[in-house]
Amino acid sequence: MLFFMETVISGLLAGVMYSLVALGFVLIFKASGVFNFAQGVMALFAALTLVGLLSGTTPFTHIDNPAFAMPAWVAIPLTIVVMIVFAILVERFILRHLVNQEQIILFMSMVGLAYVLEGAGDILWGSDVKVIDLGLPQGAWDWLLDGYGLYIEKIELVAAGTAVVLVAFLAVFFQKTRIGRALRAVADDHQAALSVGISLRSIWIIVWSVAGVVALVTGVVWGAKSGIQFSLSLIALKALPVLILGGFESIPGAIVGGLIIGVGEKLAEVYGGEIIVAIFGRWYEIDPGIFSATENWFAYVLALVFLLFRPQGLFGEKIIERV
Amino acid sequence: MKLRNWIVAAAAAVVAMPLAVSSASAYELTVPSMDYRTGPYAPNGIPFANGWTDYWTMLNERDGGINGVKIKVVPCETAYNTKQGVECYEKTKKAGSGALVYQPLSTGITYQLIPKASVDNIPIHSMGYGRTSAANGKIFKWVFNFPATYWSQASALVKYIGEKEGGMDKLKGKKIFLVYHNSAYGKEPIRTLQELAKKHGFTYQGLAVDHPGQEQKATWLKIRRDKPDWILMWGWGVMNQVAIKEAASIRFPMDRFIGVWWSGSENDVKPAGAAAKGYLSGAFHQPGSNFPVHKDIIKYLYDAGKAPHPDFKDRVGEVLYNRGLVAAMWGSEAARKAMEIHKTKELTGAMMRDGYEALDVDEARLKELGAEGLTIPVKITCENHEGPRKVAVQQWDGKQWKIVSDFYDPDMDVIQPLIDEDSQKFAKENNITPRDCK
Repeated sequence: MLFFMETVISGLLAGVMYSLVALGFVLIFKASGVFNFAQGVMALFAALTLVGLLSGTTPFTHIDNPAFAMPAWVAIPLTIVVMIVFAILVERFILRHLVNQEQIILFMSMVGLAYVLEGAGDILWGSDVKVIDLGLPQGAWDWLLDGYGLYIEKIELVAAGTAVVLVAFLAVFFQKTRIGRALRAVADDHQAALSVGISLRSIWIIVWSVAGVVALVTGVVWGAKSGIQFSLSLIALKALPVLILGGFESIPGAIVGGLIIGVGEKLAEVYGGEIIVAIFGRWYEIDPGIFSATENWFAYVLALVFLLFRPQGLFGEKIIERV
Repeated sequence: MKLRNWIVAAAAAVVAMPLAVSSASAYELTVPSMDYRTGPYAPNGIPFANGWTDYWTMLNERDGGINGVKIKVVPCETAYNTKQGVECYEKTKKAGSGALVYQPLSTGITYQLIPKASVDNIPIHSMGYGRTSAANGKIFKWVFNFPATYWSQASALVKYIGEKEGGMDKLKGKKIFLVYHNSAYGKEPIRTLQELAKKHGFTYQGLAVDHPGQEQKATWLKIRRDKPDWILMWGWGVMNQVAIKEAASIRFPMDRFIGVWWSGSENDVKPAGAAAKGYLSGAFHQPGSNFPVHKDIIKYLYDAGKAPHPDFKDRVGEVLYNRGLVAAMWGSEAARKAMEIHKTKELTGAMMRDGYEALDVDEARLKELGAEGLTIPVKITCENHEGPRKVAVQQWDGKQWKIVSDFYDPDMDVIQPLIDEDSQKFAKENNITPRDCK
């Protein structure tokens, strides 16, 4: 029972990590209707920039110079500034030119952006594995493990705490601030928002900047688990089933979707093989390991099953179009 | 009329002479470099590619090439992607004076290139990776996988475990798990480990991790529950780093966790920091840059401003750098041998293959090459393309890798029948008549 609990808790915490990635997608999709395929690469780029500044790496040469190493309180705001500049560039060179274009064109532009940003990260900071040193706790939570035999990783608890703070911040930002209200207006109806004098361009810059901050948090938390390296860009693939499940426009959907996917895939990976052996084992000799490596595809199966019943996702808006 | 003919002939000769001379002097030993400097596996691909490229470049700068013939390294980015790897092969096979050897650094790409290279008459050296049964030179004429295959390595690592447990008979009842990259590469040792489990009475279980391996929590929860005595890992790229961190997190003893030699580089242990101390991996060469060959690389390339990647100077001698260097060193010796056999300096892929098959780099030759003690002597024959089949174990001491065991010979009683079975199956499927190596 304790192990089952451990698996569920690990799944929930992993789910929070997926939600962090999905959050960036939702923000941009809500405000601009763009499916930001580059969100994973943004997480990578932000984390690379932060590590580069922390270690004093000279861009392009990739040589660490401790004399230029910045403390975290300088490096983090500076990285946020870089992500804001990135948001301005995206608006100036991509979004501005694609207003009223087909969804597929917007999507393809984001695919292109992902490649450009990944290449830029490579050229600026190099392809090596980088260790991020922000003092984030590592390893198991000793008190729980030694006292109760329950294994929970500290970094995942930090991720969960960060996600709570981030969602609270975003909720206040969207509900209580003037800019937040403008963002919601744009999300509801571009034309109506324009008619009351809301600048679409400013809103896009703001929302991409916020998504950049979310990307930074995501990159740091995931990077703390594996080191900052280019495989981080693939975490975007973890967000897709979460978005299908939770809905592309819902922040609570991203959180709940992440939790369901996290728990579902952990239970499937840990118990799936045993269930198959229990059912078919009497007729065939089956290696319980046959049902391993499910973590990548099981989430998609789960999302597909949901799609059959709720195509708009758990929290997505049902679109009814008159013919 | 006669005079005019003479003038035309003389003019033609004057025009043709430089062309003939230039075409003769334009011959270069062409070596493709199947790099992956981008994508999720770049941290592993870069040091290997730099070691491979630096050695060939150093031969050009120090010795003017091999026996006076310059070497041309032709890089091509595969991103560790099988399709891109095949594209690279097609793009580079006729580059320069024609590709002499391929070192794909990917089991998936190697599997795809085996039938192609056999048709194009270009040897493949899948050094310590690729299709294990290619060790059978009678069937796989164009493929070399020395100094040891994955099956030999799996067997050697089990021998190491046996030694630590107090004898092979003590393996009975033990649990040995394999955490593997869910790809052709990761699956290679499974059959051997299953056979060894039958022979020695230990319990084997495989746990696959999907590409790229960023998320492995459930795998390590299973390990925490099932408590294996030893874990072997066939990982690559981010999978290694995450696995080592996860193992440390669940407090799995690092000195009972052994990676394949592709899971034992500085990049793999760095993210886990102090927690990785004690982690083990297979090895067939030493890490470090205290060998004369490294001093020459620093002198003739990095200090002379001739290094293709000058920012890599501080990392010369890393595990994967040395692996690329050793691969190039054996390749250059094969080229020398081919020149000796065929009495020409203008090699073709087929001649290079003959050089590989006659390769004999003993201790004395290693010393001449400035690599005494860097790696093991290698002798290849027509039947045996795997060569010495020796595997050691290295350990991360928190700061550097150190070889901590003797070199083990694999259990050929188990492995040879598997090699014969798999290679004969390949021969049958591809209508290959085994060569007579007498």
